[in-house]
Amino acid sequence: MTAEAEYAAVPITVTVNGVKHDAVVEPRTLLVYFLREHLGLTGTHVGCDTSQCGACTVHLDGRAVKSCTILAAQANGAEVKTIEGLANGDIFHPVQEGFREKHGLQCGYCTPGMIMTAVHLLETNPNPSDDQIKHALEGNICRCTGYVNIVESIKWAAERMRKG
Amino acid sequence: MFPASFGYVAARSVEEALALVAKHGEDGKLLAGGHSLIPAMKLRLQSPRTLIDLGTVPGLRGVRQDTAELVIGALTVHADVAASELVRKHLPGLAEAASVIGDVQVRNRGTIGGSVAHADPAADLPVILTALNATFVAQSPTGTRTIGVDDFFTDFYTTALNANEILTEIRIPIPSSGTGTAYAKLPHPASGYVVVSAAVLITRHASGTCTSARIAIGGLGSGPIRAIPAEMELQGKPLTSQVIAAAAAKAAEETDPVEDAYASTEYKQHVATVYARKAIEAAVDRAKS
Repeated sequence: MTAEAEYAAVPITVTVNGVKHDAVVEPRTLLVYFLREHLGLTGTHVGCDTSQCGACTVHLDGRAVKSCTILAAQANGAEVKTIEGLANGDIFHPVQEGFREKHGLQCGYCTPGMIMTAVHLLETNPNPSDDQIKHALEGNICRCTGYVNIVESIKWAAERMRKG
Repeated sequence: MFPASFGYVAARSVEEALALVAKHGEDGKLLAGGHSLIPAMKLRLQSPRTLIDLGTVPGLRGVRQDTAELVIGALTVHADVAASELVRKHLPGLAEAASVIGDVQVRNRGTIGGSVAHADPAADLPVILTALNATFVAQSPTGTRTIGVDDFFTDFYTTALNANEILTEIRIPIPSSGTGTAYAKLPHPASGYVVVSAAVLITRHASGTCTSARIAIGGLGSGPIRAIPAEMELQGKPLTSQVIAAAAAKAAEETDPVEDAYASTEYKQHVATVYARKAIEAAVDRAKS
């Protein structure tokens, strides 16, 4: 078998933020690079690239995952939601609004991942305690805000969402 | 960071995956959740020529009860093990261990079968599954066999699985009433991996004595280590705090953990006695209720 055939590109169909994409990818393409470089959705960031920092967090079939540690091929047939898919037109998602209201960011690099993890948390637990928020954010690292305002932002959003 | 180039095949059944394993031999590698394998491939510690994806095989996910056992499909992610009503009811120690692996995102993706087949010496699940006396079901082209946990973890990153086998499910006996399970872990502050952990299964007679105990310690060797001197110390005795303390003090007997940048040999052995006590106490409390 030739190397070309052995490492043949694989066809995938992935629904991202409600839009179906057909693509052919090299097997070693990571989901985060598929999103950023194939689809141009650069809101999802690459931080540590070693599945620790969480900047690349997206939702895969409704669950927060680290897209630097998933092959695009593994997302075949799945639904992906990225930070670009959160707002409803000009109306921010309550978690996005919370980060603005409560100053949950400085440089903003970790923010898309923080927000995607927080949205997943609030979808499963609408009224989390401070400890539950901190526990949920274990896989997201920020190195400028010191986390206090991030927790405040998520609490703000939780309250807003509970009020509906 | 990218892995070296490889080929990718999505298996549609265990039989197809077994045929692919046979075809690719040492050049092939099974992919479950990928949360140990993909990082290793990005660091070029592993460079398989072909990945055989089990994530596309139906029927390997979920927790079910089969008479006196809980059966967990090999592709069940840690978050689902931790949230399973059956696991929480019958094996709270397993729910505890599954809920402290990595972080939320890792638990949403990493699988029980992948973790045990990878056999990282600093992983959580091998330790609790040792205490719970799990068995592992391995399928090969010629049939199915089960491997007991005490024979499963054979060395660093090495298990009793043969190269032509696929781990399909993990079976765990449902404990009788009066039994408690628990898991206690000192995580490394940066990685979250186990520095030392302790897992316990204890059966308590109504009179308050210990009728059986299995204690496993993680972080002290190439895999989980049964703390048999500690188990013997509990056997047949009333589960008083003195007896528990005496047993926990033996948790690191006959071990020789390797010193690393974070912890010395003596520190690891000492922490093992502390976490063994925590886990025994928690298991005894649960056995009472």
